Order: sequence, then structure tokens, then C-alpha cells
Amino acid sequence: MSLTNDRVKQRVIEKFGEQVTAFSEPYGMLTFEAPKEMNLKVLNFLYDDEELKFRFLTDLQAVHYPDEKGRELAVVYHLHNLVDNVRIRFKVFTDISTPDVYTATGLFSGANWMERETYDFFGVNFVGHPNLKRILNVDEMDYFPLRKEYPLEDQTRIDKDDEMFGRG
Amino acid sequence: MTEHDHIKLPEGSIEKTTTTINLGPTHPATHGVFQNILELDGERIVSAEQTVGYIHRAFEKLAERRPLYQVTPLTDRLNYCSSPINNMGWHITCEKLLHIKTPKRVDYLRVIIMELARISDHLICNSIVGVDTGAYTGFLYVMQYRELIYEIYEEICGSRLTTNIGRIGGFERNFNDIAFQKLDKFLAEYPKVLKEFIDLFERNRIFIERTQNTGAISADRALNYSFTGPNLRAAGVDYDVRIHTPYASYEDFQFNVPIGTTGDNFDRWQVRNDEMWESLSIIEQAYRKVQEFKGAEAEVFHADVPEYYLPEKEDVYTKMEALIWHFKIIMGETKIPVGEVYSCVEGANGEVGFYLISDGGRTPYRLHFRRPCFIYYQAFEEMTKGSMMSDAIITLSSLNLIAGEMDA
Repeated sequence: MSLTNDRVKQRVIEKFGEQVTAFSEPYGMLTFEAPKEMNLKVLNFLYDDEELKFRFLTDLQAVHYPDEKGRELAVVYHLHNLVDNVRIRFKVFTDISTPDVYTATGLFSGANWMERETYDFFGVNFVGHPNLKRILNVDEMDYFPLRKEYPLEDQTRIDKDDEMFGRG
Repeated sequence: MTEHDHIKLPEGSIEKTTTTINLGPTHPATHGVFQNILELDGERIVSAEQTVGYIHRAFEKLAERRPLYQVTPLTDRLNYCSSPINNMGWHITCEKLLHIKTPKRVDYLRVIIMELARISDHLICNSIVGVDTGAYTGFLYVMQYRELIYEIYEEICGSRLTTNIGRIGGFERNFNDIAFQKLDKFLAEYPKVLKEFIDLFERNRIFIERTQNTGAISADRALNYSFTGPNLRAAGVDYDVRIHTPYASYEDFQFNVPIGTTGDNFDRWQVRNDEMWESLSIIEQAYRKVQEFKGAEAEVFHADVPEYYLPEKEDVYTKMEALIWHFKIIMGETKIPVGEVYSCVEGANGEVGFYLISDGGRTPYRLHFRRPCFIYYQAFEEMTKGSMMSDAIITLSSLNLIAGEMDA
């Protein structure tokens, strides 16, 4: 029997009840969210459950929504059940002043660098991560560049001497 | 009396008996800008720490200011050994977001290009494994066929390495006759070359002994590390995006998914070779299907979506409608749906994924590239711990780490 989105939804609701919310299916991929304290419980359940078997972490990243007060940062997990070939997207939201989320490295070794990258660009503090330090940016950087408050340089600026680079 | 006896260590200190070696960032064997800090006990690796990010170019941030059609050149620069696959992956993501259905002929042409790119990528990777084991001949020999593949790209899009090939909805122009002639030449000559290339190595005892049982990873560990592509398949897991989540009409083709058993350097090399044979067969099938189109259908090279497909320049100058669409697309006045899409393609290195969030604006609200290299490079320490330094070098090249893809 092949696993369907409805079945996944049903199983997750049976287990966690009201705590998992915001079910939707944008472009066919089941998406839902849970409180950030629950992320490991949900991931563990999705991993261990005999029927669900979401044992492959495809991707992990964050999104910054500056306008949503109290839930500015979303950590997004893309999980894949390779046996039934079903993909789901699972999100936890956190406020930006205390961006603490439990690490998934205990479950997925591959989450190590993905979480470091997410920390590097969004400042999500993965609690329990074995080596949470910057990975792509320089270590001395003191801000998190992919947050929306850091705009790219204005292309029309004229105060900069750019003669050497053909823009002068 | 040893030569270090004159060094006075503070009392109670333990003498360091291991050697620290910096492999990279400019070491010729890393084939890219990344660093490994190896701790060696004699010639055995005790620990390895990888440093990446030397060519980080903030593509995800840059993409937030670019309209969808301007993101394509960024994707070129991820895995630059097979840029067409990244380009197509991006177009397919946009088409998914915009609900565009591409005609079959476009799909088949895309498959031809993507499989050519896969061959050229595997060719580089496998011949580099040869170079690192001391066999330079294979590398120089196959280079001329990569050149031929690049010439085919050139006929289609005008460029060779960073191709920026295609548009949202299809190709910028139809394939010309020269492109098809070169493809004929490639299909006729390449099998013999590939056979020779494989024989060159498979019958070489040095190569076999240096690659077998080195840099191995088990299927369980590979899955846990989110491996994809040839590196996962070499460990024995038959996961292939082309089969699991078909895109660009891959479901119309018959092909096998080669797998290995031990996940060592030799299996990875072998899987890549076998994939080249499969790619050749896919190209032949696709080419035959392309030739079957007759009449007006044989001229189709893009979907009929004027609101997203950039019209030809000649039409822009001579036709009112094309001018209007051109203006609307460039000025960002076409409607982009709100939504979030994850779409992936089977890149030469594994699953290349694009997670695109659109808020209805002309640029992505957030775009994340799933870069297979970045994800599996973290397993390097586990794969090389306890092995010889020279094995680590081969592991490095047989993983096919591309700095551009790793750092994005």
C-alpha cells in the first residue's frame, strides 16, 4: 500500500493532535508546522514510525519573515520517504530574539553542515549541535546576512569609485 | 640522543606525536578551493577538518533581487562541470511555480542536453580519479570528447562552460543542423572511446588496488549523511531522481540505474562509467523521438507562454505583441503566483534541489539551492579516518567535489 499525503496527515494528527497545525499541500507537497520545542519529537516520530519512515533528510534551511512578530524565523525540513517515495515539508517557527531550535544532528548526520549553514546565514541557534560555527562566511562576521534587514548594495549608488571594475 | 632533545617542553606537557597537514586550499589534488586540515599519525589519518567557503558568492542573497529569468546565470556557477543540468533544473522549478507545461519536443531536447552534461561531468570526475592515481593518459584522451560536448552547447546557446542555456518555457532557439551533426558524430564515436577509457583503467592493477576498499561508506551511513546521486548508488541504494520524481519526461525512456555494493572509490568510479553508458542510451532514445516529430511539431522549441517566455529579439523589433510581452517581462509586470515549490533534478553529483518561495513579487522571496556536494563533503572525515593520506586524495576526487557547488 502506497503512502499518501492524507495518510501521513492522519498519522501525524493521531500522534500529536492539536499541536501540529497549518496543513497544506502547495504544489503537491504536504506541509505542516509544529511548535519549535516539538521539532525533535516530530522528526523522531516521522523517522521511527513503521508506516511513515521519513528517514532521508533532503534539505534543511531557514526563511526570514520580518513582519510576522514572534515567529520571524522558519526552519524548514524537507524529508523524503524513499520506500514509498513521498516527500513532506515540516516547519518550525521561532522568534528572532531567542532563535533556539533543537538540533537534528542526532538523527541525521547530514544535518550537521546544513544546520551550520542555517546558523551562518540566519543565526538560528541549534541547541546541542556538536560544532555550531560559521561555515561559508568568515568567522569574524558579526551579523547574519540572509536576514531581510540586510539589503544588497544599491546598484545605482555613485559614491563609490569603481573605475577599476568597469562601473566608473 | 634524538634531534629534538634540545627542545625543552614545559613540565607535565605531553609531546604531540601527530603531524598537522594542510591539504588545500590551493593544493593541486583538491581540484578546487577548499581546505582539509589533516592530523596524521605517520601516514594514517587521525582526524580531518574541512574548511569550505573560499569562493562563497552569496547566490541565495543575490537571487532575492533578480527576476526569475536572471537567476539562471547564477545556477551555471554552481556545478560548472555540468551547468546545463542546473539551468534546466531552475527552469523546471520556475515552470512548476508558474504552472507551465512544456511540449514533448522541448522535454526531449532538454533530456539530450542534460545527459550530455552528465557525461561530460562524469568524464571529468572519472578521469581525474585516474590522474590522482597516477594515470594521466585517460584524462587527456577523453578531454577531446568533452570538447565535442562543449561544441554542441556552443551551437545551441553560444557559450561553453557557464552555459545559461534555455529559457523558462523552452530554449532560446531551435537546435540548428550543425548541432545535430555534432551530436551524430558524438554518438558515433564516443562509445568506442568510453570503452577504451574503461579498459585503460580496469585492466590496470595499480588503479584497481588503489581504488578498491578505500574511502568506503555503507549504505546506511550514506543515507544518514543525505548522500544522493552516484555516491549513494555506489553504496547500493538505487535512488535516482529521474525515476523517483520524473521531470522533463524522463518517464518516456528506458534505462537502468547502476548501483555498486561497497561504496568505495572503485564502486563510485564504476557507477559513473555505467551511468555514462545509460546516458548514451537515453540520448539515442531522445534523439530518435525528436526525429519522429513532423511538420509544425518539429519546429517547436518552447512552450506557448508569452507572459513568461522572452520573445526573440527580431520579433521584439518587428511585432507589436512581442514588444509588449518583452516590456512586461523585463519590467516585471507579469503575474507571478504566490507559493512555495521544491523541485529537484538528478544532477551529475546527486539531487540538485531548488526551494523557491514566491510572495508574488518579480523576484524570489527566498531561494535555497540544495547542493549535493556541500552535503556529502561532511562525510569526508568519516570516510578517511584511519586510512592512508594517499587514499584520502583519491576519495576526495572520486566524491566529485566541485567548489562552486559547495560554496554557492
